Amino acid sequence: MGVKLLLEKAHVENIRLYDVYRREGGYRSVEKALKTLSPDQVTEEVKKSGLRGRGGAGFPAGMKWSFLAKPEGVPRYLVCNADESEPGTFKDRYLMEFIPHLLIEGLIVSSYALGSSRTYIYIRGEYAWIVDILEQAIAEAKNNGWLGKNILGTGFDCEIYVQRGAGAYICGEETALLESLEGKRGNPRIKPPFPAVKGLYGCPTVVNNVETLAAVVPIINMGGEEYAKIGVGRSTGTKLISACGNINKPGVYEIDMTISVEEFIYSDEYCGGIRNGKRLKACIPGGSSVPILPANLLLKTAKGETRYMNYESLSDGGFATGSMMGSGGFIVLDEDQCVVKNTYTLARFYRHESCGQCSPCREGTGWMEKILLSIENGKGKMSDIDLLWDIQRKIEGNTICPLGDAAAWPVAAAIRHFRDEFEWHVLNPDKCLTENYGLRHYADPIHVPVA
Amino acid sequence: MAQFSDKKLEEVKNIIARYPDGKQKSALLPVLHLAQQEFGGWLSSEAMDYVASLLNIEPIEVYEVATFYSMYNLKPVGKYLFEVCQTGPCMISGSDNIVAYIYEKLGIKPGQTTADGMFTLKTVECLGACGYAPMMQLGKYYKEHLTKEKVDAIIEECRRNAVVNN
Ligand SMILES: Cc1cc2nc3c(=O)[nH]c(=O)nc-3n(C[C@H](O)[C@H](O)[C@H](O)COP(=O)(O)O)c2cc1C
Ligand code: SF4
Ligand code: FES
Repeated sequence: MGVKLLLEKAHVENIRLYDVYRREGGYRSVEKALKTLSPDQVTEEVKKSGLRGRGGAGFPAGMKWSFLAKPEGVPRYLVCNADESEPGTFKDRYLMEFIPHLLIEGLIVSSYALGSSRTYIYIRGEYAWIVDILEQAIAEAKNNGWLGKNILGTGFDCEIYVQRGAGAYICGEETALLESLEGKRGNPRIKPPFPAVKGLYGCPTVVNNVETLAAVVPIINMGGEEYAKIGVGRSTGTKLISACGNINKPGVYEIDMTISVEEFIYSDEYCGGIRNGKRLKACIPGGSSVPILPANLLLKTAKGETRYMNYESLSDGGFATGSMMGSGGFIVLDEDQCVVKNTYTLARFYRHESCGQCSPCREGTGWMEKILLSIENGKGKMSDIDLLWDIQRKIEGNTICPLGDAAAWPVAAAIRHFRDEFEWHVLNPDKCLTENYGLRHYADPIHVPVA
Repeated sequence: MAQFSDKKLEEVKNIIARYPDGKQKSALLPVLHLAQQEFGGWLSSEAMDYVASLLNIEPIEVYEVATFYSMYNLKPVGKYLFEVCQTGPCMISGSDNIVAYIYEKLGIKPGQTTADGMFTLKTVECLGACGYAPMMQLGKYYKEHLTKEKVDAIIEECRRNAVVNN
């Protein structure tokens, strides 16, 4: 069993309730931070911890906090990003649903560090029942003196509000989120200025992911240096992974980032192996935006070394032979899955979610979707594969926000690693409607998985 | 006339109070949710104009937002809205079969409503339940690990509730 810092108590009975959470040691980090540390010292601990943003980009949280502008007389805001809409990702939901007070506790400490007395949780609109859970936790925290005016007699005031989105993946992008929170369409803003200087209502703002802010609790409790000892290299602490697809035990797992991908997939403590005794074909290890890898590049790097579940190892080999940790949405495909069809559904997703501001993204995503559908339906041409490659290349890097890249990468990686499967569809227009290409040479190289 | 009850107006006031003075436009998304819930599951232009007047903003500001976000219905929908996720992780776990089965049972394809106005089927993109696929959203809650039997039971339950609520 690895170290658990976030979900250790998630299954204590009634941990959703304040009394139980408090009895289990909850809100200690607020006491410690507000009574013994200055806001800058809290930021310093987060810096020392090496905590990297858990929303997808992996930017060091402490560094982001230290960029926050602090002009006199201007309010500052902390906004918690609970939009969680990247396909494959459902970890924030799990944390909020099972142990909501952990997030509230992390938000109070973080708000103190950043000087935010109005903190918002922006949650995707579909998580409607979780809004109730969070509001209940906030009310309990307030009744017990952890929120409101003059918290613990320190003079620090703080309120937390939950804001529901209304169905738009793009509102997970931090500037689109801020637009949405201002009551507008979720059109990403051009950066700079960055939110740290001009964010919500034009004021300095920090946007962090749910898991990032929850991790502030163990960091303050144990100290940044101790936290940094967990994990490996620049992948410090623990990470929540939401695993789904054709595995025996889909769910949310907290890992310390020293385990191998093979162990994660096959051990009974985590995914429990591939469902129905099938073999592993491919995996998208960090949410739909990151490159898909065939089994033989997933378990081992191109150099033949073991691949581990951490930021550095998952990206070993760059986009040529590696992928990314991303948001921790781990999607597993077995031998019966069609890479073309899977890529088509993702392309459709990005077309649906494009805000439409940039032509390469607006037009390119729709074009890719159409071509992929025609290949999937046995109506594609060989030249379509090159056309797809060309379109994705022209989207990447040419847009206001990274959704363009996120739409381009899955298509690029699918062609890069599974080009023969695309060609097979073109060459076998009838067969591809009734049969799948199967495993072929992407074969899972491991015959006897480590159970 | 679209008009909130006094209780709902109180709720609107509380929502506006979450934001700094003068930033009441921030209340737009939550208030549109409220309006959709109160006015029959969709947003007519009348309902949107009413929301604009409550927040003291131009109607166009409301239309812009209502047309951007997928959860706002701009046309009437059935009493029960089945929103089946069809993105990659759900697709590889069999969501196509669920959509086909609902068609078999109710004769509706995505975007259609049954003649009695009871059920609307909609396909949607990832709802953050990928590990519990296939799944759908029904009102405020998720129905996960769907099978044919579960779909049968959900339809039955809706029909029973409809009778009770009438
Ligand atoms: C299209 C798009 C969608 C995103 N969705 C999310 C999301 O749902 N949740 C999230 O925390 N970050 C999301 N992000 C990343 C945010 O922009 C931002 O980097 C993040 O919230 C920062 O938090 P962190 O540093 O704690 O990771 C998304 C980014 C893009 C470009
Ligand atoms: S890249 Fe796409 S989603 Fe992002 S701003 Fe441009 S059009 Fe909108
Ligand atoms: S893909 Fe269906 S819930 Fe995520």
